[in-house]
Amino acid sequence: MASTEPAVVCSGLVRRYGERRALDRIDLTLQQGQTLVVFGPNGAGKTTLLRVLSTLLRPSEGEASLLGSDLRKEGWKVRSQIGFLGHQSLCYGDLTARENLHYHARLHGINDAAARIEAVLEQTELSGRGDERVFGYSRGMLQRLAICRAVLHEPQLLLLDEPRSNLDPAAIEQVEPLIGAAVGRTRVIASHDPAGGLAEADLVLGLRNGAATLLAPAAQVSTEQIAELYR
Amino acid sequence: MSATRPPSTLSATHAVLYKELTLERRAPQTLTAMALFCASVFVIFHFALDRNEIEGALAAGVLWVTLTLAALLGIGRSFVADREEGGLDGFLLAPAPRTALLIAKATTLLIFLLIVGFFAALIFSVLLLGPTPNATQWASLALLILLADLGIALVGTLIAGIAIQTRARDLITSILALPLLIPLLIAVTKASEPLLSVGGGTLAGRWLALLGLYDLIFGLLAYALFDYLVED
Repeated sequence: MASTEPAVVCSGLVRRYGERRALDRIDLTLQQGQTLVVFGPNGAGKTTLLRVLSTLLRPSEGEASLLGSDLRKEGWKVRSQIGFLGHQSLCYGDLTARENLHYHARLHGINDAAARIEAVLEQTELSGRGDERVFGYSRGMLQRLAICRAVLHEPQLLLLDEPRSNLDPAAIEQVEPLIGAAVGRTRVIASHDPAGGLAEADLVLGLRNGAATLLAPAAQVSTEQIAELYR
Repeated sequence: MSATRPPSTLSATHAVLYKELTLERRAPQTLTAMALFCASVFVIFHFALDRNEIEGALAAGVLWVTLTLAALLGIGRSFVADREEGGLDGFLLAPAPRTALLIAKATTLLIFLLIVGFFAALIFSVLLLGPTPNATQWASLALLILLADLGIALVGTLIAGIAIQTRARDLITSILALPLLIPLLIAVTKASEPLLSVGGGTLAGRWLALLGLYDLIFGLLAYALFDYLVED
């Protein structure tokens, strides 16, 4: 795979739920190492876009490729390079945090999983409670654990749906080395925070009813333009 | 940076199976519900039939209808933990072979069915069964339970894989599973009948062959279809 290949390319991407178009002809190109922040009101299609890019949903029409692999035909190729953080933790309540991470480490075929698990638990300050069952965790702890899971296999591309929701300021700082811009990974982030989102974006996508109403480099976008999406 | 390599089917199967058994060990809901269901139904039959002992076709029918309905409880709960907090998505996001999920889920269900099957056979022999089977008949019955449970586990996992993607998942399980299990139920009931009769009898080879063929067909079907069922 050439290192200069775009990380994400969408061309006429459509995703339907029945008759409704949750994504309506999305075109975008995101280069490796860049951050795309997706804004839009509830139901605009942000989560659907992330789920299509993560291979959890198939495109109904159009093309999408990640790191040079066609999502329709070669989704299996890119799964090891994607870290997905959605609204759910994807962890089992009756397993401990360590057990959950070991399970995901085995599914990703991570060598030296124990050291990596300890490193992410330490980073998110969950190490001390890593042997507790997850059902007793607060929403914030669950979000931190979900971030640990998403970055466990050190993916090249992060797909993050409101990654800082439920996190207090201290926790936001803790997870920064895992999902922040400094990590240097390509990121697609769904956000409702115009100022915060714009600050970390290289490219901004505004969605409304599934359609792209705004696609521009972050330097050319104002917070007022983003706020307009929600009116 | 940690090195990663997509896991083999065996490794991914082991990971899912270990997770499934750990979850059941921590919160033993499925096995308990299935075992209690069987015991309750046998007690109900004991009084409803107003007989202390049954044998032959009636005994085979009562035993296998009870086990099949108990299996529906297990099938219905196959993916419950995966729905909560999106565990199934966690598996689908990994570069693990989808077949691993089928094998692990079917094996988990088979283990539960075998445990419940042998527990139910014991309770049944105490509460309802007239003749006491000899060692050979018990061995034959064990073989039948193994073959029938394998078929139920394969069909059940396939159906559970369909149901998880639908909103009417609780209805889908019963509506689809029972018709598909009819051939198996006929074969295993017919095969069990002589083993549960006064005077005893031997296992008929043709019913065993039919059960084996059923398991093979649904094993191949599940292998061919499961990937498409669990993905979008």
